[in-house]
Amino acid sequence: MLEINNLRAGIEDKEILKGIDLVVPTGEVHAIMGPNGSGKSTLSYVLSGRDGYEVTGGSATFDGADLLEMEPEARAASGLFLAFQYPVELPGVNNANFLRTALNAQRRARGEEELDAVKFLKLARAEIKRLSMADDMLKRNVNVGFSGGEKKRNEVLQMAVLRPKLAILDETDSGLDIDALKIVAEGVNALRGPAFSALVITHYQRLLDYIVPDRVHVLAGGRIIRSGGPELAHELEANGYAAVVAEAA
Amino acid sequence: MNAVSQTSLQASAQGFLARYEGLRHRLAGDTAAREAGAAAFTRHGLPGPREEAWRYTGLRPLAEIEFHEPVVLLADASAQFAALGLPDGPRLVFIDGRFRAELSRLPENIAITTGAPAFGHLADNSENLVALNTMLAEDGAAIDVAPGVDAGTLLIVSLGADAHGKPVSFHPRHAIRLGAGASLTLAEINAGTGVYFNNPVITAEIAEDATLVHLREQREAPGAFHLSTVFAEIAARGTYDSFSLALGGRLARVQVHARLAGEHSMAHLNAAQLLGGSQHADFTTVVRHDAPATASRQTVKNVLTGRSKGVFQGKIEVARIAQKTDGYQMNQTLLLSRDAEIDSKPQLEIYADDVKCSHGCTVGELDADQLFYLRSRGVPEREARNILVRAFLSEALDPVTHDAMRAHMEAAIAAWWEEAPT
Repeated sequence: MLEINNLRAGIEDKEILKGIDLVVPTGEVHAIMGPNGSGKSTLSYVLSGRDGYEVTGGSATFDGADLLEMEPEARAASGLFLAFQYPVELPGVNNANFLRTALNAQRRARGEEELDAVKFLKLARAEIKRLSMADDMLKRNVNVGFSGGEKKRNEVLQMAVLRPKLAILDETDSGLDIDALKIVAEGVNALRGPAFSALVITHYQRLLDYIVPDRVHVLAGGRIIRSGGPELAHELEANGYAAVVAEAA
Repeated sequence: MNAVSQTSLQASAQGFLARYEGLRHRLAGDTAAREAGAAAFTRHGLPGPREEAWRYTGLRPLAEIEFHEPVVLLADASAQFAALGLPDGPRLVFIDGRFRAELSRLPENIAITTGAPAFGHLADNSENLVALNTMLAEDGAAIDVAPGVDAGTLLIVSLGADAHGKPVSFHPRHAIRLGAGASLTLAEINAGTGVYFNNPVITAEIAEDATLVHLREQREAPGAFHLSTVFAEIAARGTYDSFSLALGGRLARVQVHARLAGEHSMAHLNAAQLLGGSQHADFTTVVRHDAPATASRQTVKNVLTGRSKGVFQGKIEVARIAQKTDGYQMNQTLLLSRDAEIDSKPQLEIYADDVKCSHGCTVGELDADQLFYLRSRGVPEREARNILVRAFLSEALDPVTHDAMRAHMEAAIAAWWEEAPT
C-alpha cells in the first residue's frame, strides 16, 4: 500500500507539490489526472527518488517503509516501478543485458537467487510473446533508435519482467497511437491482481478506457482537489479541467 | 618556473648521456645507428614545455628521478609473470627491457631475432624520446613475417621492476616487418612494480596487402613512467589496425606516427585512457596520408577520475598527392570528477583538394538521466556508473575482435573500475 501524507516538494525554491494526500491500497489501480504544470511528473519523480527534487514536508510510505529515505535502487527492489514519460536511451547497453542486470540487482537486494542467462532469456521471451512485441527488442540497445511507441512498449516489457508491486505510469499514453495504447494497457491489466497496484498518471481520459481505474484523483496546483470513481475521468473529458478546478476553488 | 624545469630536464638528460658514455662499448647492435641517436639526444635532450608537441605533457616528474641501468635479474619474476594471466600462445617476454628466453615461447611461422635492439628503418631521431631510446637500447625483437603468411597472434610482454628500490630505465627497440599479403596480430602487455621508466620504440613496415593488428595494454606500476613511440608505414592496400589501452603508470605517453604510403592503405588508431588519482596519460598521433584513396580512423576515449589529466593530440596531414583521402578523428572524454582535466588538440593539415576529413571532440560527465533510469530499475549507483562507463568505451573497444586479448583488456578495465574512486 502506498500512503502519501501532506507531501510537499519542489525544485530549488519553487514549491510544486503543496500538500498531497493519497492512499493507493494494494490491489487497486488509481489514476491521477490534471492539467499541465499541476505537478504530475514531479509526484512520480519524488516517489521514485530522482535527484534535484527537495522534499520540504510530509511523508510517503510504501508497505510501511519510508520511501523518501531510500535510494532509487532500493525503492525499485522494494517493488516500485516508474514507467517513464520519456524513456531514456542507453547507447552501447544491450536491452537484454540491461534487463537481466536490473532483475538480478533487485533479486540480490531482496536476498533471492539470481537468474542465469538461460533462465532469464526464457522469461523475457515469454513476456515479449505475451505482449506481442518484436523478437529483436532484446537484441537492440536500450531505447536507441526506438520509435515513441516502441519506447513505451519497452517500458511495459521491463515492468512485465521486473514484476513490481506498485507501478507508476507517468503519461505513458502520450504520443501513442491506439494500437500501442492497447498494448500498454494490456501490459498493465495483465499484472492486475490482489498483490499489484498502479498509479496511472495521465492528461487524457483515453487511456482509462483501457485501464479502468478503481479511483480517479484530480491534481491541480500541487494538490489533489477532487477524488472519485472512474466516472470522474469522463466528467473531466466532457467539461474540461477548468470547470473542476473552479468548482474546487 | 621554466628555468627550474629546464634545469632539471637538462640535468636528467646529462644523466642519460653519462650513462651512455659508460655503456657505449658494451651495447650490442648497430653502432652507427646508436651514435646517430646519441648525437640527436645530445642536441635535443628531453623535451621541455616550450616544445609545442610537449606543451600538455611535462616531463619534470620524470626528470626529478635518477634512473639507473637495470642490473639485477629478478628472482621472483615468474610470480609476477603468472599474475598477468596471459592468454595462451607464442610470446616474447622482456623483463626490464631484456629478453627472457625461459619465459618466452617462440612461434614457428615468424622469424624472430633477439639479443640486440632492432633499429629498423622508420624511426625518427628528431623525436627526443626516440633519440634517447636509440642511444640506450639494449635489446628488442626483430619480427619478420614472410609474404603471404598468416602468422596468427604474437604477444610481447614487458615487465618492469626497480632494482631493489633503485629506479631503472629501459629502452626496448622492436622492428616488425610484414611481407606482402602477410598478417599478424601483435599484442603488447606492459606491466610491472616499483619505480621505472619504460621507453620502447616500435617500427612496423607493412607491405602491400598485409595487415598488422596492434593491441596494446599499458598497465604499468603506479610509480612508473611509460613513454612509447610507434612508427608504422603502410604500403598499398595494407592495414595498420591498432588499439591502445592505457590504465597504468604515473606519467604515460603513447605517440604513433602512421604513414599511409600506398594507395588504398588504411590506419586505425583507436585508444582508451582510464585514469585516476594524479595520473597523467597522453595519446598523440600523427597520421600522414601520402598516397591517394587512403583512409584513417581514430576513436579516442578518455575516462578521468580524481585529479588525473588526459591528453589527446591528433594530427592528420594530407599530402597534395593524396586525393580521395578519408580521415576521421573523434575524441570523447568522460570526466568523473571535478578536478580531472583533458587537453584535446586536433590538427588538420590538408594540401589535397578532394578529401573528406572530419574531427570531433566532446567532454562531459555521466548523464544524470541515464544514471537515474538505471537506478530506477534497481541497479545500484556504482554498478550503474560502471555500465555507463563501459557503454562509453564500447565504441573504441568494439573493433578489438581478438577474443583472448579483448577478454584480457575487459578484465583490466573491470579491475581498474574496482579501484577507481567515484
